[in-house]
Amino acid sequence: MNEAFLVAVLALPALGAAGAALCPDRAGRWCGTVFAALAFVASLLLGTAHPAGWFSYAPSGQGAPPIVPWTSVDVSWVPALDLRLHFGVDGVSYPLVVLTTLLTLLCCLYTLWHVPAGGRGNTLVALLLVVEIGMLGTFLALDLVLFFVFFEVVLLPMYAIIAGWGGDQRRHAARKFALYTLFGSVLLLVGVFTVVAAAGTADLVTLTSGAVTLTRTTQLAAFTLLAIAFAVKSPLWPLHTWLPDAHTQAPTVGSVLLAGVLLKMGTYGLIRVAVGVAPEGARWASPLLGTLAVAAILVGCLVCLAQTELKRLIAYSSVGHMGFVLLGVATLTATGIQAALIGNVAHGIITGLLFFLAGAVKDRFHTGDLAVLGGLRERSPWLSGLLAFAAIASLGLPGLAGFWGEAFAVVAAFERGGAGWVTLGVLAAIGGALTAAYFMRLLGKVTHGAASPAVEAPPLPAIRISGPELVAWSPLVVLALLVGLVPALVLGLSEAPVQSLIEAVTR
Amino acid sequence: MTQAVDHVALLPGYLAAGTAVLVLLADLFVARRVVTLAVAAGGAVATAVAAIVVGAGSDRSTFCVGDACSYLANDRSALVAALFGFLTLGVLGLSAPLLRAGVAPAGEYCFLLACSMTGGVVLGAAGDVVTLIIALETLTLPLYVLVGMRRQTVESAAAAVTFFVVSVVATAVSLLGAALLYAVTGRLHLSTLGPALTGDVSLAGGAPVRALDLPLTSVGIALLVLGLAFKVAAVPFHAWAPPTYDGAPLPVAAYLSTASKLGGVVAILAVVTVALPPAVTGPILAALAVLTMTVGNLVALRQIRMTRLLAWSSVAQAGYILAPLGALALADGRTGDAFSTAVTAAVAYTVFFVVLELGAFAAVVALREPTADGGRIDSYRGAARRHRWIGAALALALIGLAGLPPGLAGLFAKVAVVRSLLTGSSGWLAVVVALNAVVGLAYYVRVAALLYAPDPLDRPARAVPWPVAGVLLLATAFALAIGFAPQLVLDWAAG
Repeated sequence: MNEAFLVAVLALPALGAAGAALCPDRAGRWCGTVFAALAFVASLLLGTAHPAGWFSYAPSGQGAPPIVPWTSVDVSWVPALDLRLHFGVDGVSYPLVVLTTLLTLLCCLYTLWHVPAGGRGNTLVALLLVVEIGMLGTFLALDLVLFFVFFEVVLLPMYAIIAGWGGDQRRHAARKFALYTLFGSVLLLVGVFTVVAAAGTADLVTLTSGAVTLTRTTQLAAFTLLAIAFAVKSPLWPLHTWLPDAHTQAPTVGSVLLAGVLLKMGTYGLIRVAVGVAPEGARWASPLLGTLAVAAILVGCLVCLAQTELKRLIAYSSVGHMGFVLLGVATLTATGIQAALIGNVAHGIITGLLFFLAGAVKDRFHTGDLAVLGGLRERSPWLSGLLAFAAIASLGLPGLAGFWGEAFAVVAAFERGGAGWVTLGVLAAIGGALTAAYFMRLLGKVTHGAASPAVEAPPLPAIRISGPELVAWSPLVVLALLVGLVPALVLGLSEAPVQSLIEAVTR
Repeated sequence: MTQAVDHVALLPGYLAAGTAVLVLLADLFVARRVVTLAVAAGGAVATAVAAIVVGAGSDRSTFCVGDACSYLANDRSALVAALFGFLTLGVLGLSAPLLRAGVAPAGEYCFLLACSMTGGVVLGAAGDVVTLIIALETLTLPLYVLVGMRRQTVESAAAAVTFFVVSVVATAVSLLGAALLYAVTGRLHLSTLGPALTGDVSLAGGAPVRALDLPLTSVGIALLVLGLAFKVAAVPFHAWAPPTYDGAPLPVAAYLSTASKLGGVVAILAVVTVALPPAVTGPILAALAVLTMTVGNLVALRQIRMTRLLAWSSVAQAGYILAPLGALALADGRTGDAFSTAVTAAVAYTVFFVVLELGAFAAVVALREPTADGGRIDSYRGAARRHRWIGAALALALIGLAGLPPGLAGLFAKVAVVRSLLTGSSGWLAVVVALNAVVGLAYYVRVAALLYAPDPLDRPARAVPWPVAGVLLLATAFALAIGFAPQLVLDWAAG
């Protein structure tokens, strides 16, 4: 029965995509949304299968392998390429699966009400669902080659979303996105087969369990290739330059999925594949990875401080936030990896919400220029209140989702000890303070003060928050609070696998 | 001495040659275009089916001297013959509107195509160097005329002359290489040439020396391989391909980039895997592969004509086909498992490639006037909005050639190549292949995006002749099918 839910989580978006593409515009959007909702329900039901219950802090047995899927499906597909249809879900992947199905559902709901200019709405919904399949497949794959295949599935539909429904410079942004991410994924391909050729298996459960020992050279080569591949996707400074263009030019739903889930494929891959398969390589590269992560935090913050465009600012803030996630991974401590996992989910929720709100502001006032916007509080207190909530959640106020990931990434760097890591921790903390500074600057410019002419212009009924918007935003608001107050929602599930992973890495 | 001839093994060859004769007779006595085309198409199907039936049985061989045979009918030769049959069928379908428009005489056109198919069928089964080169020439010779068949156009004539001159020189180079090897070893059969080259020989009654130590041997090997490299349009022997493709009628360009390229690959594989020592050919092939894919992709970036873009992209694709064989440059790449993986990957890539390439050309033919050439890429703007399904098929084929989902066939082709390279410890070559795939995406996605861009001219849709639509449908359906079941192709390729 649980296997049926697992298959349904992947099959329902596929059916929805086919339905949405074949039906006429309005019916197609409805069809896609219904299937997205069903996929969300299936992903929730998948969680009920967890053997030890939701909030278990059950310590793992000593020497348990890092991946123990509580539900899995394993069917042979292409033996000649070591490719099996091996899907499974565990505590590390499950929160991301639910995040994906939820955000896609919200994006589909939003598209029911509002189709951005550029193409037909049903095609957009179909593409969103194909992107969803790729993301879910990446999170659920327990076969390295399968992981690679799904990693690639995301690329062209997202290209089409940006190029078809995006802003003025969409073609350039879409090309940059496609070429950059393909650069990452071809290196992933080489990395994957470096591992598979040396180990003789592509099964992630076996590869991460330590049953197969790879030579040091292989591990270093594999980790380098895999880490670059995931660093492009995450993105890690200095490979991040595709992100601001893509996020700024993409339509609102595209930005939400890009920031909310797509970036997580990189960090998830780093934790699950790169660190899991090549622990020695991870130990070797961790100081460099940590340094780059902190550089990303600082660069992201400084660029944000000078940013004049709303969407671009939020896009660059992702560079900083993902820097914290990567710093957590780089420490290779249980605290750090847990921080990375919850940071992933929190960033998905909060940045998804921020992009929805930025899209709403741009739709209403037809500009995202911070110099032109101002006094939103006067005209639309609800919208500006939500923006303030999201910004404060994003800067990591305790009690909201953003806090745990960032604070504990810094804690993990201190835990790791040594002058280098402490310095990195201090610098990251400074970055956290800068994050607060630029979000305060953003709020000061957009919401406070007297209403600017651009904000004054549209009539009041046109800028009220509509029902569909409320439906799309409220789950994210609730989750930002809930994950902030009860981090065990995410951490309880990943406790055991992370502990095993750290044992495997430090063994 | 009389020799027993296994006629069953030769059946696909007989049928292919018989098709050519029948087409000629049909044209002479019935003189109706439809009948001529039907005879040629029927013959192509019969050849393919016969090849599959013969190949499904046990391996056969004929024209043997001792253990060495000149004609080997095994699983791989069956795959090659069947592919040639179906590719010829596809090109005949694409040619239907061209022939109806009277651009080329139907009888001669179909006869030449059938002759070329005969060469291809025999090529797959060739067991000695002479049969191999003659089969390859039989495959190529009719194409000189076919390329020049777009009457009254200078480009077509120029293309035919370029192709003729370059190809004849290439054949001469291959023959010289084969002759030098014969002079050293006294062997022609592929299976005996290999051992003879690694053993000792004595020239003109002198003291025995290692064959590989003789400069003559190295020169012979290099000339043979390089001559064959012309046929697959590998860089630096590629310059003939773009003008030839662009000047030829579109269906003939489709044949050149699929069947003719397949012929070149089969010939290279035959000599490299059986006859020549990998230690010598490996480095040559690795260098050819790197040059071919890099130059092909980089030049393709700047093309503004559709056929030239496809031509340069097919140059680059030849590089990917040769890449797995580049693994033979290292000792690790030559040992049992890695060797067979490399050969399988090269064959599998070729199969995936010809299917996708045929799909791309079929879509281009469907989008153009019957007598037109490929035209400028700009003229395809918005094509997918006018012709929803044809546009989607062309986009799918292009994305497949780039090696990305949803073109799963192309993705698995690239995966097979990279996997074989890493099995053979040639990580550096795998990285080159991978980076080239990124460059490739840049131009493929440019064309694919253009198909969906709004068309300011708002051109009307055109009716598509059913044979072209049928070929497009079959090629696309087959590409999708092998995308979801690549194991089938990999099994055939493993022979």
